[in-house]
Amino acid sequence: MVQPTSYLVLAALLFGIGTAGLLVRRNPLVMFMCVELMLNAVNLTFVAFSRQLGDVAGQSIVFFVLVVAAAEVVVGLGLIVAVLRRRPSADADDVSLMRG
Amino acid sequence: MTGAFTFDFGVETVTFFLAAFICVGGALGVVMSRNPVHSALSLVATLFGVAVLFIAQEAYFLAAIQVIVYAGAIVVLFLFVIMLLGVDRVESFARERQPIGLAVGVGAGIAVSALAALPLLVGEGSRITGEPAVTGALTGDELARLGRSIFTDYVFAFELTSALLVIAVVGAVVLSRRTREEPIDLDEFPAPPEPEPEPELDLGFPEGGPADAEPVDAEVER
Repeated sequence: MVQPTSYLVLAALLFGIGTAGLLVRRNPLVMFMCVELMLNAVNLTFVAFSRQLGDVAGQSIVFFVLVVAAAEVVVGLGLIVAVLRRRPSADADDVSLMRG
Repeated sequence: MTGAFTFDFGVETVTFFLAAFICVGGALGVVMSRNPVHSALSLVATLFGVAVLFIAQEAYFLAAIQVIVYAGAIVVLFLFVIMLLGVDRVESFARERQPIGLAVGVGAGIAVSALAALPLLVGEGSRITGEPAVTGALTGDELARLGRSIFTDYVFAFELTSALLVIAVVGAVVLSRRTREEPIDLDEFPAPPEPEPEPELDLGFPEGGPADAEPVDAEVER
């Protein structure tokens, strides 16, 4: 049996890759994909703990994370389309009007 | 207590390493691909690997909806938007080559990974502490237990997700609709500024030959 620690380390690795991608990439679509990576890493953590502790609550939370991720992608892609309709070839650095 | 990383080379270990390899490779592909289509396809690989890991941990229902919702719906939505915007048009790598930003981003990623993983790697034994749950153990009818948990313990959150989905749908429609005054523009997503025209090829046609008779239509370039 694989120790749950292995799953947690793998999830940490995935989360770190997603973080690096979110910070490095400037294409808003790829940035969204990196957010999905991070969400998946967290899901993996939840399932690992759920199995280790014998509690189904972790899997329930993964279910809700999936729903939130779907809603987030829908609204985010709508925003990207709305921005690129007015500003073709815009990347994440060009959308800086509300920057503090 | 055995160490945190003692593996017997059974089926689950082999499965874990295969799926982990696919996951990490796909994640690196998402981050490092220059083409967003390749990023999306690498994301499919990662999601599939995570689904395999879900199965390895006996979360069969989550593995199924992982494949259906993520790989089937979300990635297709990504690809749809990429194609809608034009693959070559959303690319802008001019500013990504700054080495300082690159180093900061990669360093932050490594730092986050290390922060999460180092407490697990250092020391002996499993780092997962806490008591096993007294109710809701994952034995037997897993899907029925999951459903009972969602519809009893988390029923309020479940109702909130329905509201969230309605809000997301309305928000997407509002974001993407156009006002009545704004006419439908068939030339939506106009092309970025034209690059330098390439020097004309000397094909050896005589003056007034076929090269001059039909100027190349700019629409073909789109």
